[in-house]
Amino acid sequence: MHLTKDEEKILNSEKGEVMERLFRLLVRLGDIYGADRMIPVGSVQVAGVSYKSIGDPGKAFLEDIASKGVKVKVLTYLNPAGMDLENWEKLGFPRDFAKNQLRIIDAFKQMGIVITSTCTPYLAGNLPRFREHIAWSESSAVSFSNSVIGARTNREGGPSALAAAICGVTPNYGLHLWEKRQPAVKIKVDADLSFNSDFGALGYYVGKQVKNKIPYFTGIKNANTDQLKALGAAMAASGAVALYHVENLTPEADLVEKKGLETVSIGKKEIKDTYDKLNSGKNPDIVIFGCPHASLREISMIAERLEGKHLKKPVWVCTSRMVKEAAERMGYNEIIAKAGGSIVADTCMVVAPIEEMGYKTTGVNSGKAANYLPGFCKQEVCFANIDDLIGGQL
Amino acid sequence: MKGRTISPGKAEGEAIVSSEPIGFYGGIDIKTGVVIEKDHPLKGKSVTDKILVFPCGKGSTVGSYVIYGLKKNGVAPAGVINKETETIVAAGVILAGIPCVDQIEIEKIKNGDNLFLDADKGVVEIK
Repeated sequence: MHLTKDEEKILNSEKGEVMERLFRLLVRLGDIYGADRMIPVGSVQVAGVSYKSIGDPGKAFLEDIASKGVKVKVLTYLNPAGMDLENWEKLGFPRDFAKNQLRIIDAFKQMGIVITSTCTPYLAGNLPRFREHIAWSESSAVSFSNSVIGARTNREGGPSALAAAICGVTPNYGLHLWEKRQPAVKIKVDADLSFNSDFGALGYYVGKQVKNKIPYFTGIKNANTDQLKALGAAMAASGAVALYHVENLTPEADLVEKKGLETVSIGKKEIKDTYDKLNSGKNPDIVIFGCPHASLREISMIAERLEGKHLKKPVWVCTSRMVKEAAERMGYNEIIAKAGGSIVADTCMVVAPIEEMGYKTTGVNSGKAANYLPGFCKQEVCFANIDDLIGGQL
Repeated sequence: MKGRTISPGKAEGEAIVSSEPIGFYGGIDIKTGVVIEKDHPLKGKSVTDKILVFPCGKGSTVGSYVIYGLKKNGVAPAGVINKETETIVAAGVILAGIPCVDQIEIEKIKNGDNLFLDADKGVVEIK
C-alpha cells in the first residue's frame, strides 16, 4: 500500500506510541485486503462501549489509549452503553456495573468522542452524505449508512473504527470501491410487509441465507426509514450483510449491475416460519422496543397505543438521548410513564445486563434483538408486532 | 494447504470446526471461551487452546473486542482458520496476537484433526 511521507512518520513513532499502534492496525488491514492507499474519513461511529460486552480487557485497552492524551481527528459518535447514563440507579442497574461503565465512558470522553451512546447516529446528528467515505462500526448503522444513505464504509470492528477516528483515515478497500458494492443475489419478496417486525423477520431470514453477500431486493413496494433500519439490522445480526439494495427505494439500486443474479424467493410462508422460529417463550416479563434505537415516529406509535392505559408488566423504549429530548417536548414520555412504561436512553436490551435484573422472557419486535437475546442475555424471546406486544402487557 | 496471512505466528492444536459463520459477540462467552449462541452447531463447546476453523465472521462489530478479551482472559483459541476473514475478526486477531490465515479449503479439515498452523507463511498442515 502506498503511504504518504506523513503516514510513514506515524509508523516511525514520530507521532507517539499510541498513534503508531493504531495506524499499524489500519496498515495491516489495508495490506490484507489489497488497499492501494489510505483515504480520509468524514466521520466515525465507535462500537464496543458496554462494560458487559468488552469487559475488563476492553476497559483496560481504552483507558490505556485515553491516558496517552490522543484525540480523535473527525466527528466521532459512540455506540450504546450498558446502562442509561443518567437514570441508571432508578432503573435498577447494578452499582458495580455502573462504576465500570462510567470509567469506560470517561476514557472515550478524554479522546474527544461525543458521548451520544446510540446505535442510530444518523438520527442524532451524525449524517453522512451520499458517497462520503466514513469508518463506522455498529453493524446496523453500517448497513443503514451504506444502503439507505449510500455513504461508504466497511463493517469496521470496534478497534479499527477507533483507529480510524484517531488517525482520520481508513484503508481504501471493500465497500469504499464502487465495484465491490454490486449485488450477488436477488431476493424476490412476495409478501405483505406492514409491521416493522415483518421487516425484522424478513431481514433475519435473508441474513441467514446470504451470510456476507450483498442482496438486491425486489417486490418491497414501500418502506419508511424505520422499516429499512429494522430490515438492515436483522440481516447484519443473523448474517454479515453490510450493504443491501432495494429496487426503487435505495439510492444505488438503479446504478448497480443486476444481470444474471441467482434468485431466492421469499413469500408469506418464510416470514411466518421465521416468526415461529424466533419465538422461544410466552408471556414476556418485559417488553423492550428500540433495537436499533427508536425514532421519534416509533415512540409516537407506542405513546398512541399507551395513552390512558395501565400496564401490568413493564415496557421499555430504548432510544438516544437526543430523540428522548424531542419526545419529551411532544409529551410522549409523559404518556408512556403514566401508563407505567419507561423511556430508556443511552442503552438497549442487548447490551444492558437485563438477565441480572431478574428478567427471563423478553418481548421484542426487532429481528436483531431476537437474534442476540437468547445467547447474550439468556432470555426466552417473544417476537411479535407492536400491537400484540403492547396488548399482552395491558 | 496454503492461504493468506491475516495475523502472524505459529500454533498447534486440535481442530474445532464450524460449518456455520461465527459471531463472537453474543456467540462466545468472553470469560469462559464457550460457544453460547442458540442453535449454533458448536453450542456448549469450548474453543480455548484449539484451532478454531469456520467459514467467515458474522454479526456485531464488537466481535473484535470479544476476541481480544478471550486472549486477555486466557481462554482464546490458539489459532484461527477461515475461508474468508472479514475486518471484524481480522482486527480482533491482530490486536490479540492470535495466529490466523484465510483462503483455506476448510471442508478438508475435520473436527479433532491435529493441526499445525504457520501463519507467518500462511500454511496449514493436517498431521
